[in-house]
Amino acid sequence: MSLSKIKFDKKIVLSFWIILIALIIAAPTLLPVFRLNLLGRYLSLSIVALGVDLIWGYTGLLSLGQGIFFALGGYCAAMYLQITSSSEFPNNIPEFFALYGVEKLPFFWEPFRSPIFTFFAIWIIPALVAGLIGFLVFRNRIKGVYFSILTQASLLVFFNFFNGQQKLINGTNGLKTDVTQLFGQMVGSESMQRLFFWITAFLVIAAWFFAKWVVKGRFGNILIGIRDDEPRVRFTGYNPVIFKTIIFSIAGGLAGISGALYTVQSGIVSPQFMTVPFSIEMVIWVAVGGRGTLLGAILGAVFINYAKSLVSEALPASWMFIQGGLFILVVTALPEGVLGWIQGDGPRNLLQRFGLKRKIETYPSLEVNNKEGNNE
Amino acid sequence: MNNKDLLNLIDITVSFEGFLALNKLNLNLKKGELRAVIGPNGAGKTTFLDVITGKVKPTNGEVIFKGESLVGKKEHKIARLGVGRKFQSPRIFENLTVKENLEISVTTPKSPLNLINKSIKDEQLNEIDRLMKIVNLAQKVDSKAGSLSHGQKQWLEIAMLVGQKPDLMLVDEPVAGLTDEETDLTADLLKSLSGENTVVVIDHDMEFIRRLDSNVSVLNQGTVLCEGTMETIQKDKKVIDVYLGRPED
Repeated sequence: MSLSKIKFDKKIVLSFWIILIALIIAAPTLLPVFRLNLLGRYLSLSIVALGVDLIWGYTGLLSLGQGIFFALGGYCAAMYLQITSSSEFPNNIPEFFALYGVEKLPFFWEPFRSPIFTFFAIWIIPALVAGLIGFLVFRNRIKGVYFSILTQASLLVFFNFFNGQQKLINGTNGLKTDVTQLFGQMVGSESMQRLFFWITAFLVIAAWFFAKWVVKGRFGNILIGIRDDEPRVRFTGYNPVIFKTIIFSIAGGLAGISGALYTVQSGIVSPQFMTVPFSIEMVIWVAVGGRGTLLGAILGAVFINYAKSLVSEALPASWMFIQGGLFILVVTALPEGVLGWIQGDGPRNLLQRFGLKRKIETYPSLEVNNKEGNNE
Repeated sequence: MNNKDLLNLIDITVSFEGFLALNKLNLNLKKGELRAVIGPNGAGKTTFLDVITGKVKPTNGEVIFKGESLVGKKEHKIARLGVGRKFQSPRIFENLTVKENLEISVTTPKSPLNLINKSIKDEQLNEIDRLMKIVNLAQKVDSKAGSLSHGQKQWLEIAMLVGQKPDLMLVDEPVAGLTDEETDLTADLLKSLSGENTVVVIDHDMEFIRRLDSNVSVLNQGTVLCEGTMETIQKDKKVIDVYLGRPED
């Protein structure tokens, strides 16, 4: 019987949550600021990973362009911070505009003077862009590897466009946030970073519950149906285009939130968020953690990134090899990812192989049914 | 054509790069009718279903269902109008449980908002229970559909088809790979469904078709060769030539 079906005792669940929340509250005092900041960044990446899991793990849409939506969220947040902190600069607009002779804030940045607008823009703009791209692609029944190529191509288009727009978004230099002000404090300051850590931790949990809510029940079953046999879903009377557009848009929104949180904690947003390898890495986190297991996506994002920083500190050149090896291992030996392997019968099979556990004598379902039969 | 007809196929031609999969096919179905469609391999049986369900757009001709043209409509729209289809090899959602599979089929309306907002209606749950009893899957409610035997998968798909409450059921080779006993049960099930529903069954298994005791259309080279009861078509010379083979003297 798989782990996922074991019903945990309520007390165990409760104590798990108490420990987790206690750890989140205590983390800023336990960890040095540098580590805390890293952990906060990796937690924010787990939100984009949740989105990748929703579209890839559940719906079978392998997007290699989530960096677009991640960066859009980041730019929204960064521009708001730059605008609110620009009072001492000429024309009351962010400093970099002066370098390119821009004297007036470009019209589309005007609404970003408002914190409320920005709060919504961070997730709604990426979600709308994702929905639009998704709708056009899905309506034309582009799927499989063609969809992946198309998302990667879109990513490159966005990357090149953002790189070239000095006058609008400071081009390749990106927008810095660590010297901007929020609530009268420097965004890069220790107290603000602690606050961002807590916000991130809270949002990861919220995003996790949201994703669980989305995939639970019939809506999630349709997503799985689309992944496994889309024509069958269609002949049952459902329109897969709408379902795919919705879930792609949700993933885009999550990517936007993730990008905004990542930006304020890393201090800058730049077109580097839209490089091809970064978007592929997002897929790797989910693949390693466990496709179709939401928790796997979170753990994959946090652990791989933490491992990356630890390995890079010790052996600077070796991370790419380790990451590549990890991906090969998962593809060949653990197609369901680590968490998927644990939730399946992976550990039991491994123990059996070494003779440490008795083999199941009959079909597992028979054993289970017999047990139920005896109880009656 | 008269208004008792549920479905009219008029001069349907489907050309795949010059190859005529269907060639001026005409076929009318009455409401409540059970119709068997047989024919040698490549006669266009599956293409015929593809045209009705919107998977293939006919090069020429018209499909009229309940007085409305189906040509050019999307698959899910046609399904919502009341055309249900069971595929040749069982196509169920293997990673979902038996119950979840049936939930997908009985749910109405089939919009994302309804699915995410509301829980399933009681009458739909009752319908699922009823269907599972009919196809003997009541003990398997929470089993993954992928773990079912081949016969059970066929039946689950038939149950899903019935759960959709279509006016027209298109059933493609429902007894392929079933035991004799299962075949008989399937024939009885399909017979019991006709009357209220209109059922089209495509199959090769002559014993099974005979058991259905219905009108039979014989397809050959994309067109209807002959129509009538089993006895009539068995005596038809053209049918014997292309399909049944001459009895050995």
